[in-house]
Amino acid sequence: MAIETVHIQEKVTGQFGAHVRCFEMQRDIFSFEADASVIHEVIRFLKEDEELNFHFLTDLAGVHYPDNDDDHQFAVVYQLHNWVENTRIRVRTYLNQDPEVATITDLFLCANWMEREAYDFYGINFQGHPQLKRILNMDEMVSFPMRKEFPMEDSGRTDKDDRFFGRTPANC
Amino acid sequence: MSDLLLPPEHRYAKIIESRRNEDGSELSILNLGPTHPATHGIFQNILLMDGERILDAEPTVGYIHRAFEKIAENRAFYQINVLTDRMNYCSSPINNMAWWMTVEKLLKIEVPKRAQYLRVIVMELARIADHIICNSILGVDTGAYTGFLYVFQFREKIYEIYEEICGARLTTNMGRIGGFERDWSEEAFRKLNVFLEEFPVAWKEFENLFERNRIFIDRTVNVGPITAERAMEYGFTGPNLRAAGIDYDVRKAAPYSSYDDFDFEIPVGQSGDTYDRFCVRNAEVWESLSIIRQALAKLPEGPHHADVPDYYLPPKDEVYNNMESLIYHFKIVMGEVPVPVEEIYHAVEGGNGELGFYLIADGSRTPYRLKFRRPCYIYYQAYPEMIKGAMLSDAIVILSSLNVIAGELDA
Repeated sequence: MAIETVHIQEKVTGQFGAHVRCFEMQRDIFSFEADASVIHEVIRFLKEDEELNFHFLTDLAGVHYPDNDDDHQFAVVYQLHNWVENTRIRVRTYLNQDPEVATITDLFLCANWMEREAYDFYGINFQGHPQLKRILNMDEMVSFPMRKEFPMEDSGRTDKDDRFFGRTPANC
Repeated sequence: MSDLLLPPEHRYAKIIESRRNEDGSELSILNLGPTHPATHGIFQNILLMDGERILDAEPTVGYIHRAFEKIAENRAFYQINVLTDRMNYCSSPINNMAWWMTVEKLLKIEVPKRAQYLRVIVMELARIADHIICNSILGVDTGAYTGFLYVFQFREKIYEIYEEICGARLTTNMGRIGGFERDWSEEAFRKLNVFLEEFPVAWKEFENLFERNRIFIDRTVNVGPITAERAMEYGFTGPNLRAAGIDYDVRKAAPYSSYDDFDFEIPVGQSGDTYDRFCVRNAEVWESLSIIRQALAKLPEGPHHADVPDYYLPPKDEVYNNMESLIYHFKIVMGEVPVPVEEIYHAVEGGNGELGFYLIADGSRTPYRLKFRRPCYIYYQAYPEMIKGAMLSDAIVILSSLNVIAGELDA
């Protein structure tokens, strides 16, 4: 019932050429990478193409990669699902230090809060989002807490000594 | 005078001003929540009201946000299970099992049939508990307290079964990587059999009280309807989506834990209104009961966990008397277990829809990134649209029929 991955790859590369790359099966989900400049069009194509018909946005996740080079500091991962053919697809786009990417709220209504969440935790600016403000954290917050440099706990805590539990600043 | 509390650039202030100029009517603003006994959880909605009718709503979420995704990035895989409990706390075992299955998928662990069937049983019990809460509380919100009293003791019975399985009731922390921490006791099966005998009688009675009840029908039919297209746009999954007429169910679409061994239907509704959501959940309870019966009848003998010494804690007496077991024990507890570098997405059918875990593993003791796809968070976005034009009391009914769980919403 599933759409052939080769077929998806052909269609997407036919449409976007060098802007899309790294097609691979990540276990059971076919995935690829797209340039941030075309990501909106890629998602639109995946959604509106009659054959591909990825009509359901399952999830949208921000990821922070502080160890990558300057152009790959952040990623936004879109997971789409075609219920008719029961096929999932994962698209990721890398962003630089100053993460900005086009919103897909015009394509999927449910992307609204997902993008707000990604903004709230990673500071990714979704251009054209109707109401891009914090959602789970309080409005007064200035930092983006899911970025890797943000410590999980208050470093001033003295009541816990993590050394005894195999945790060091390097591995926790 | 309520508009004085708003900053003048707020959209409500503009609406109030224009309506006043238009026909001299005075709109009011009502702050529903965050702590209000009728909202069953911490939900705040700032409602713009024309008399008793809701014109607009602005939800604020995050009151019980506990940064689970951040914590998960700092904890070993086996320690994350306790975080999943606290998301949808009405059906914790589903979340637990979903997490173990995600890790097992990452580690390519094949779970024995017995453990898979036991998981199915406990997940369906959790689904029943979840639906008991949702539907009986919906009854309470429409003024029918009786139904709630009839069925709510059975949630207690389910919790007693959990207690036999894992020792806990609400936040269960059930199972381990590869299966269960121990095989189920005789007592657990006995309680389960008693439950299977007694509960259908009460549930039938509950259904009879509501399904053709004039007052209940008046309060729920055509209240908060949503079309299938709109529900899909808003990312609905689970019973709320099926009430709108789409038969998407992860148990059928991507069967996990041997769900394809069982025979069951996916109940769907038509109009996606509160009544349909209620009926879909009722019907799902019957399907869940049937799945549990099938699983019990076919329950194979065998081990209750996979043979994966790298990830599954050895029995205590071996830890004390055997060098290898001690090493395994030590490494597991310290979280120093071999983990591949991979990206995994695993979804299960939770009580409220597709509960997904998107896990990026970089080979270290903790996930590099763990994203919870929380169905409540996604479909709660539709709430303002669903209550527009409804009465205030309908807003409460719609909220409880959506079964939005604050813990899952805020993570």
